Order: sequence, then structure tokens, then C-alpha cells
Amino acid sequence: MENFAVILPLILYLILMLGIAWYVTRRASKHNFMEDYFIGGRSLGGFVLGMTLIATFVSASSFIGGPGVAYSTGLSWVLLSMIQVPTAFLTLGVLGKKFAIIARRIQAVTVTDYLYARYKSKTVVLLASISLLVFFIAMMVAQFIGGGVLFQNITGYSYVIGLILFGIVVVVYTTVGGFKAVAITDTIQAMVMVAATITILVAVINKGGGLPNLVENISAANPAMVDPEATPKPQILSYWILVGLGLLGLPQTSVRCMSFKNTKALHSSMIIGTIVVGFLMLGMHLTGFLSAGILEGTPATSDNVIPMVVLQELPSFWAGLFLAGPLAAVMSTVSSLLILASAAIIKDLLGRFSPKQREAKQLRKISLLATGLIGLIAFAFAIEPPDLIVWINLFAMGGLEAAFFWPTVLGLFWKRANKEGVIASMIGGIGTYLLLGGLGVSIQGINNVVFGLLASLLFFIIGTYLGKRPDAETTELFFG
Amino acid sequence: MKKSMKEINRQLNKEALLTLGLFLLFFLWWYATAYGLADAEWTVFGLPAWFFMSCVVGWILCCLGVTFMVKKFFRDVDLDEFAEELPNEKGGRE
Repeated sequence: MENFAVILPLILYLILMLGIAWYVTRRASKHNFMEDYFIGGRSLGGFVLGMTLIATFVSASSFIGGPGVAYSTGLSWVLLSMIQVPTAFLTLGVLGKKFAIIARRIQAVTVTDYLYARYKSKTVVLLASISLLVFFIAMMVAQFIGGGVLFQNITGYSYVIGLILFGIVVVVYTTVGGFKAVAITDTIQAMVMVAATITILVAVINKGGGLPNLVENISAANPAMVDPEATPKPQILSYWILVGLGLLGLPQTSVRCMSFKNTKALHSSMIIGTIVVGFLMLGMHLTGFLSAGILEGTPATSDNVIPMVVLQELPSFWAGLFLAGPLAAVMSTVSSLLILASAAIIKDLLGRFSPKQREAKQLRKISLLATGLIGLIAFAFAIEPPDLIVWINLFAMGGLEAAFFWPTVLGLFWKRANKEGVIASMIGGIGTYLLLGGLGVSIQGINNVVFGLLASLLFFIIGTYLGKRPDAETTELFFG
Repeated sequence: MKKSMKEINRQLNKEALLTLGLFLLFFLWWYATAYGLADAEWTVFGLPAWFFMSCVVGWILCCLGVTFMVKKFFRDVDLDEFAEELPNEKGGRE
């Protein structure tokens, strides 16, 4: 059944996003295209910085996949989701000011710019750019599919129509508006996510006759639902690496450390980001858990839980408004990945390997072209969706961490770190991670990223001690 | 008066360590309450004690912890000072 009342608020919302991108583009200063397009001219304030960081990180899996698992596993999965509370303050507190200073000194707009300045190696640029492109495209495809399936389930219109609607909109506003448009739309998307979370949580609690009653019913039917150990400890503890400490390695969050205006903005964004991400994680996963007490019928897969609850509990128009929340999560993640993937091609690959002077006009043209093209590639992959989409996102996240974590962190805090170490670390880390994944190895349910990161560290240390010390100029630049 | 990069780096390393310390504290709270209170009978709004303490109180404490850390220990640094220090040397403006 197709339902126009559901789709109407969505269309209005998408038009709003396009309008914002258009407005931001018109207002953008024209002094330096690269800095404007790829990093927003380093002008973000605290609120926008916190919100864009969170909106990028919070994806379809926080709205659909995770709550779906909480529905079948119980409160132990909500416990797991709360590991992500430190996301904002951890990244910004550890990397923020160092990145901001270094980025200004070398006019960096990408994480790879920083890696090149620190390690002076084109091999590092190549490894970083390629792994970034591969894993980012995989993540974008997963987001597109998640959004498309959700759209189909809630509106009754086909998957492809949904994909075309929000897929084209996000590719267009990112391509046209660049990083600034991404950051501003992210901010609005994050607020929409908060509103959607409140809407569905309140609806579910009301339906269940209040929180105590609902929890009582669920635990009476199945006591494991309220047992913290229902999710095995080795598994849950390895998530402290994958979605905890390891997040320091994600280029899409760390690049935001180059984008803020001043340190006051950084400080307030650490607080705002922590409040908002905790609220979204707790609210959505708790909704998934509580749905176990009210949902009529059995969902085919865990990804169907939230769409079914929405259809069951919310009137059409409100269902449409809710749907804007997860679609906001999808679009805000895709837009950030897209602009960074484009930066990897234009600034890192083209800029480093074919460094002739280009006119601003030409640069603008090829940047827009690259952004649009990558978006369309991800879009094309999503039209015929492969199975197992939930895991693509986590798998790609682990891969990025295996590649970027130690090179990013040790570059800032270990004077001795050098290019031999980074090259060994990236190849060894990604290699180990992919090998374990490819062989289907699973040790005690521990996520393979833990072994990828250990291998990456080991190779880093060995490589560094086999290679030369960094030159005096680099040490001076980074450590004063 | 301009601060040297060395002095600033010392402050930044301290801030990074404090951040990691808070991260560790959050982990310890999360672990201790989630598994330590697993058998407690009391509930808040119907939520089991372990869950309320680790996920709801833990999150609120974390927000308060970040606020305290930032206000008390983090220092403002003039970022634009560095932009002018090394103009157009590396990386290159297009």
C-alpha cells in the first residue's frame, strides 16, 4: 500500500535540505576554493561542530539495525550501544587542538594531508587514499541500502523510488555545497534525529502502559531480556575498541578537528556532542528493547522491527516525520563520506601525484565532478543490494580503524614514528583484518578489529625501529 | 606574549591524557555498575538497577565529567597565530 500522507513531510524535508545547500553556497566566501569546499574555511562554531560530528557518526545502524537487535537480545544490547557515548569528547579531546594547529601550519584539508606532512611519503598517501575510498564507498552503499529498505517498508513506495529521492538529494547538496553545506545540514539532521527519537520512544511507552509495566511484562516473558550478560562479555568488550577507542582512527570524525573556528568552539562541542550522542543511543536502543512488549506479529529480520513499530503506532503524517530521522542519519553520514572521498581524489591523489598549478575555476569543476561521480557509484551499487548490509558498515569501520588509528595517533604523540612504520602498519593492519575476515575466523566472539589493531601496532613499532628517525624539520613542525 | 610550540604541546599532551583518563573512568563506571549490580533487586522507573546506573546515570555523569574537565583544565589556544607563522610553505594553497 502506497501512502502519500507519509511521503509528503519527507519531500518537504528534502526540499529544505536542498535549499540550505543552495543558500550556503551563495554565501560562501571565494578566497580559497579548496579550504572552503573541503573543510568549510575552518569556520565551524561549537554547536555545529558537535552536531556534525555526531550526525556523521550516527548512521542507519543506530536507528534500524541496533534497535532491532535490542528487540531480540534485550537491555544488554542497549548497554553495548552506550559504549559510544564518549565519541565526541574522545576524538575532539585527544586530537582536536593538535590537528587544528598542524592543519593551519601546513594548510591541510584532509587527514592524508596531515599524514603526508608528518611522514613525507607518497606511498602513505596512496595507501591512505585507496583504503579510504574503498571503505567509504562500502559504508555509503550500506547507508543507501538501509535508507532505501526503510523507505519501502514505511511508505509502501518501492525501494528504488526511495533511493532516487533521498540518494539524489544528498549527492546534489553535497556536490554543490561542499563541506559547509554538509556541516549545516548535518546540524539540522541531528535535531531531526532527536525529535524522531522522542516521538517513537514516547509512543511506545504510552502504548505499553508506562515504563514499569512494560519492562515488567518483557522480563516476565523472558528474563534474559533484562540480563546484562545476555550479550557475551568478550564480544561486548571488543566493542570498546571498535566503537570506543578505535574511533580516534576514523578519518570522517578526525577531519572535523581541522574545521573549527577556535578552541572555545571545540570545548563546547565536546559537551554538546556527548549529550546528544548519549541521548540518541539510549533513546533509540531503549525503543527497540521496549518494542518487545508491544509489537504485534513477528518481524522477518531484526531490521524490520523499527519500521513495524512505526507503522503500528504512528499515524501516517507522524510516521513520515519519524522517517525523516533515520533518513537524516543516512544522509548526514553519506554526505560526510562523500565530501571526504572527493577530497581524497582531488586533494590527495591528484594533488600529490600530478601537482601542476590549476586555476580555481578548473579545480572547482573537477571537484564537483569527482563528488558527483563517487556519489553515483555508491548509488549504483545500492540499486541491486547485496545481502548482509548491517555488517558491511561495521566491517568497513573496522578496516578504517586498522588502517588509520596508529598512523594518526602515533604521528601526533610519538616523535620517533616514521614512514617505514606507517607503511608496515597500514599493510600489516589491513592485511590481518581482511585475512581474518576472509577466512571467517572468530576467536571467542571478539571482533577482528582488535587483532587488526594489534597487528597494526606491532608492524608500526618494528617498521619504525628499522627505519630512520624523522628529519629535524618534521620534528620541529610537530613537536616544537 | 607568544607561547612557544613546546609549551603549548605540554598543555595539549596533558589535555589528551585527561581525555583518555575520563574515557577510562567512564569504562570503569559502565563495567562496575553493569556487572556489579546485575543481581540487585531494586528498580528505577521499572528499569533494573544495573541498567539505570550504567546507562542512564553513567551517561549523565559522563556529560558532567566532560563539562568539568573542559571548564577546569582545558586552555584556550590562539589558533590563527600558527596560520601566519608559516605562510605558503608546504601543502600549498591552490
